[in-house]
Amino acid sequence: MTLLIAVFAAVISTVIWYVKDSHNQMKVGTLALMFWGASLMWLCDAVFEFAELKEKFFHPAAAEVFNDFFLGISVVAVALVIWLVLLLIKDPRGVVRQALTKK
Amino acid sequence: MACFIVPGTEAVVTTIVTKVLKKKEQEQAKEALKEGVALDEVKKTPFSHKLSWLNTMLWGGSALLAFEHVWHGEVMPWFPFLTAINNGEVMEMLSEMSTVGVSMAVLITLVWGAMVAVSSALSKRPVKGIETEK
Repeated sequence: MTLLIAVFAAVISTVIWYVKDSHNQMKVGTLALMFWGASLMWLCDAVFEFAELKEKFFHPAAAEVFNDFFLGISVVAVALVIWLVLLLIKDPRGVVRQALTKK
Repeated sequence: MACFIVPGTEAVVTTIVTKVLKKKEQEQAKEALKEGVALDEVKKTPFSHKLSWLNTMLWGGSALLAFEHVWHGEVMPWFPFLTAINNGEVMEMLSEMSTVGVSMAVLITLVWGAMVAVSSALSKRPVKGIETEK
């Protein structure tokens, strides 16, 4: 479930990058790469888990699915916070600098 | 247990390499411009920029996986930071790092390699809609 949520987040952020931010001014490309990196890592994890659990891998307990779903949403939130901090530090449009130096 | 440490370590190495390479490329570009090399030639996507894609994937992935490990109680905020060390499961942890961790790092590097190959192939092709002079 965490892998699925990360993949959806990666696809959505990649589409937003392609349509709205191809020059990566708003760092959406960076966010997309972060999600893709995490998705690939969880894919690896899933492959090893499948090799260990076999058929049980596709039949997780409801509580486990719910916990993984909650974790996936939290991971997206953490990634968005990292992206926001990065955006504010880089400040590509000078908005933060302007706000801080306003007299 | 601690699989994210392997891609995290790779991220540290590639970040250092990127910094060194970027400095070199900037100096080379300055030299090339002085020698009268065409601006288009100098402006080609530098390798350090392509390496930054790998850095972002490794750092981002490692950070999000580290969060997952905190969620599952496998990482703690005090020494020795890894629950596996505290519970005496060091060999299991090392085994997981050498299988899952290394696979993660290799997969991300392979995907990045494919991205670089596509980028290089695209940069060699003429851009559609721009007529080339005969």
